[in-house]
Amino acid sequence: MSAKQDFLQVTDLVVEFDGFRALDVKYFAVDRGELRVVVGPNGAGKTTLCDVISGKTRATTGSVVIDDHEVTRWRDSQIAALGVGRKFQTPSVFDGLSVYENMELALPGRRTWWRTLTGRPTWAQQRQILQLLDRVHLRKLARAPARDLSHGQRQWLEIAMLMVSGSRLLLVDEPAAGLTDDETMLTADLLNELKGHHTIIVIEHDMEFVRRLASRVTVLCEGRVLADGPLDMVQADPKVREAYLGRGKERKP
Amino acid sequence: MSDGLRTAGGGNDAILLDVLARRSPGGLVRWLDLIGPGLGAILLCIGIPALFATGHLDQSQLSQLGRYCCLAMVAIGLDLVWGYCGVLSLCQAMFFTLGGYACGMYLAMHGPLDGGGIPRALFVVSSDPAGMSLPWFWKPFDSAAFALSMVILVPGTAAAIFGFFAFRSRIRGVYFSIISQAATVALWLLFCRNDLQLCGTNGLTNFTHILGFDLRETSTKLGLYILSAVALCASTAAALWLTRTRFGRLLVAIRDNESRLRFAGYDPVWFKTAIFAFGAVLAGIGGALYTPQTGIVTPANMMAIESILAVVWVAVGGRGTVVGAVVGALVINLLYAWLTTLMPKAWPFIIGAIFVSVVLFMPTGLAGGWRAIVARARSWR
Repeated sequence: MSAKQDFLQVTDLVVEFDGFRALDVKYFAVDRGELRVVVGPNGAGKTTLCDVISGKTRATTGSVVIDDHEVTRWRDSQIAALGVGRKFQTPSVFDGLSVYENMELALPGRRTWWRTLTGRPTWAQQRQILQLLDRVHLRKLARAPARDLSHGQRQWLEIAMLMVSGSRLLLVDEPAAGLTDDETMLTADLLNELKGHHTIIVIEHDMEFVRRLASRVTVLCEGRVLADGPLDMVQADPKVREAYLGRGKERKP
Repeated sequence: MSDGLRTAGGGNDAILLDVLARRSPGGLVRWLDLIGPGLGAILLCIGIPALFATGHLDQSQLSQLGRYCCLAMVAIGLDLVWGYCGVLSLCQAMFFTLGGYACGMYLAMHGPLDGGGIPRALFVVSSDPAGMSLPWFWKPFDSAAFALSMVILVPGTAAAIFGFFAFRSRIRGVYFSIISQAATVALWLLFCRNDLQLCGTNGLTNFTHILGFDLRETSTKLGLYILSAVALCASTAAALWLTRTRFGRLLVAIRDNESRLRFAGYDPVWFKTAIFAFGAVLAGIGGALYTPQTGIVTPANMMAIESILAVVWVAVGGRGTVVGAVVGALVINLLYAWLTTLMPKAWPFIIGAIFVSVVLFMPTGLAGGWRAIVARARSWR
């Protein structure tokens, strides 16, 4: 296991909130270009893991290494500038801006304020934005304010923003939440398309969706990594079955 | 999602071209949007002076309008900071007064001097007139160029430093408003002290000349009016340009969802600091032009109420629309001038009623109301 190959490497990570141990991950690594799915019951620490990787939450101890950069103590915007993009659990786009302007904000480039005073996206970038909007069926709405979008359309806009951003590591938190079946399938296809070009971590509850992604799955439970492997193998694991069934309220994987 | 949309992508080049050319629906609308401000600018810069020249306006009305132009510059700054960026600042009057003092110190140095070169306003509040010499920080204000640079640098730097530390500590919403108001009150108390050698509560007065021109002359008053009107139009144009850049869209993004923007790789601290400083510079220039037209600047100019009035102007005119802020400031102040002569005691109730009814019935202000009317007129056609 060489450090060079793993794009993301999390070791001995502990996150505590007022003494409550939300996350205790001995080792979690994702290869360059891999799509990894993280599943687990509510409160398992899935979103917290994303928070730590993206710099929203500080690790209590342990380390996060992204592309050979030790980022454990970096600021959130610095980590984002390194190429870590995020889609939040509740879709969050900028309501006051049009769909197209949202995409424009996500374009890669230096993000200092004086550079935003001048310069426009290149022709190629503008074409790319429109092609991506086409892909997520939002091209006709390019000029509409984002506040007019439906829930599913907001999810897609946020994914399209990730795609245009050129981020190398994508943290995608519940992309299928609140989508219809057709929308869910398109979202899975989009993510599959990104596989290989980007390193992706997807958090999801919907097992149909996870199956469609056909990727390695990591199961988190009470802050720890419980199991790791292909979906069928993980689902057969008695520890995983107990974690889900034992709590009674969760959906069966 | 219908199949209609799915197939639309390949050939729908009208949308492509429109988006690429940054046109709003209908193509010409964006140019039409500029006709209103353009006519307003012509009225302010040419129409009003013409009315004055033909005797339809008297001197006091002219310089009243000049002062209102200065106040409208404060409104533009606040609109960028609050309407676009979502930071409700209650210290715009502080920056206005800092600009006013920088100009006032220059004017006082060129007014009557007592006791061997000490401006009269400073001399009369001195505890020891006989042994007094000119304080060191007054001396460079003899130069107009220095005073002008201070008009810009003092409010701008103060705002940049204050803003940077407040925004870096992620002080937001009502907490920022309270802190900005507290800072204004603190500076007000400081300026009221005689031993700061800024003339205490009396403020700076006894102005006679600006750049060699006599302030009592009609031509000087007209010149100051035109300067104020041109400065207002230039500020409006600058703000309109700013809001159309990517920077302007980032301000809106900060207002909508600041934490999300950080995960897109932008550090909002710098954007907020930059726009806060820019708003302060606009207020400072407004204050500097205001001072020679009133003939006095005192700490009362930065009392808490003054900053809140600016919030009322912007709210009435329409947050997040540069032109709305200008219209709000001018309309409210003209109403003030007109109604206080008719029924002086009723004014606080009237402005209170205006503010409450705008918040309740017209949350987007006059500009939003105008847009709704235009949109309805278009749909009837």
